[in-house]
Amino acid sequence: MKKTIITVVGKDSVGIIARVCSYLANNKINILDISQTIVQGYFNMMMIVDMNEAPKKFDEVAGEMEQIGEEIGVIVKVQHEDIFDMMHRL
Amino acid sequence: MININEVIETNKMIEQENLDVRTITLGISLLDCIDSDLTQLNKKIYDKITTVAKDLVSTGKEIEREYGIPIVNKRISITPIALIGGAACKSSEDFVSIAKTLDEAAKKVGVNFIGGYSALVSKGMTKSDEMLIRSIPQALAQTERICSSINVGSTKTGINMDAVKLMGEIIVETAEYTKEQDSLGCAKLVVFCNAPDDNPFMAGAFHGVTESDAIINVGVSGPGVVKKALESVRGADFGTLCETIKKTAFKITRVGQLVALEASKRLQIPFGIVDLSLAPTPAVGDSVAEIFEEIGLEYAGAPGTTAALALLNDQVKKGGVMASSYVGGLSGAFIPVSEDQGMINAVEAGMLTLEKLEAMTCVCSVGLDMIAIPGDTKATTISGIIADEMAIGMVNQKTTAVRLIPVIGKKVGDNAEFGGLLGHAPIMPVNQANCDRFVNRGGRIPAPIHSFKN
Repeated sequence: MKKTIITVVGKDSVGIIARVCSYLANNKINILDISQTIVQGYFNMMMIVDMNEAPKKFDEVAGEMEQIGEEIGVIVKVQHEDIFDMMHRL
Repeated sequence: MININEVIETNKMIEQENLDVRTITLGISLLDCIDSDLTQLNKKIYDKITTVAKDLVSTGKEIEREYGIPIVNKRISITPIALIGGAACKSSEDFVSIAKTLDEAAKKVGVNFIGGYSALVSKGMTKSDEMLIRSIPQALAQTERICSSINVGSTKTGINMDAVKLMGEIIVETAEYTKEQDSLGCAKLVVFCNAPDDNPFMAGAFHGVTESDAIINVGVSGPGVVKKALESVRGADFGTLCETIKKTAFKITRVGQLVALEASKRLQIPFGIVDLSLAPTPAVGDSVAEIFEEIGLEYAGAPGTTAALALLNDQVKKGGVMASSYVGGLSGAFIPVSEDQGMINAVEAGMLTLEKLEAMTCVCSVGLDMIAIPGDTKATTISGIIADEMAIGMVNQKTTAVRLIPVIGKKVGDNAEFGGLLGHAPIMPVNQANCDRFVNRGGRIPAPIHSFKN
């Protein structure tokens, strides 16, 4: 199963996680893990998700997530997990 | 499972420290295009390139999107054209027609450069080699995306001094033909010693005859990432410094390996090598000179610079080798002047000279790169500089190269503007002592004693 990493970075505000999660639920994307932290005053969230059941293509999901990010004033990035695995795991 | 700090670290490298895949270079053999009829040859070349590379750019964009890593350039390297055009070309003009075909093919598939308008003449020149070399000024003036490279020496064969002399003249002529654009043609022309067959970086990329029909080579870069990592060990000893560079190089190269394998799979073209080269760009924070500054030198060129570069180059290779199953190309640190803001600053402050750069090329991964010199520099002087640089490569069994730009109409103190990734460069002074009699001797310099390993 190819996993996908979603990161959300920006100023903390009410409803960021709710907005992102409802998009994922509506698009049949399953959340496997969520963690969040504050780095230099910025809200950082990472989700590991499974997109295998999602009817939409990766490019479309990535684009729509970025759009949502813009609407709520945070930066949303969607990336395949491999790039992190390659860099940090032997 | 991947944790949030690792994700943040990777994305910080990409977003703030200019980590990128500098190029996916698709190597294409044109050996099966050879034909004695020039029209047929041009047609076969165009058809082959536009067929094999038709999905290169779109695949690159897909990978970029899915992994969130910029892939700055998608490029093509081809078999040295002197070999391909030999049967059909009766004159230099015939070779120029091939250059135009290549340019059209490059535009059709959407790559920004195509490398391999080349000849390998490290021991001697065939008629075809010489015709190709003589066609370079025209070819570079009449095309946009062609890059040319000539290998004039190697540790195994010695240095072809006839070719060195000729290349001095060709560089001046190329400068003259492109003088309206600050002699830009010379930025696309490299003279090599020990040129690698699988280098993905321009302007020196070509697809060697030892390679298969098509191959994917990937070049990764990230001087900014190394600089940033070194900030965290400021003041620590050399052991710690080297370890930090090595670990960072490892991480960067892993990204290259991933992109190379993915591109290879999607294009169904075998994976060749990953080339980890710290290749600077004019952007702030993407500079090799800034790494020297972080190591503890006021400017690139200060006493200690050669040692700093030696350790940097070596640690980059050591980290890279562990990270990829096949490391190749040039792998190391590039020290171009015009493409590196820190190097430009050092030259403008009078802290970096051509002679110091030459010393640095003994330990860097390539050579005298993107250096603007006065437009009235004599061809023999350029040949003398090439001969020196080739000797360094030959004796040290390493790749060396010369990419000098005599900027027509400009003198020391002026500035040349090349634009984009090629940057701008202050015109550097050149030693004025005469070397005509040396260059005009002709013939070749024999291979050094340590080349006899049979």
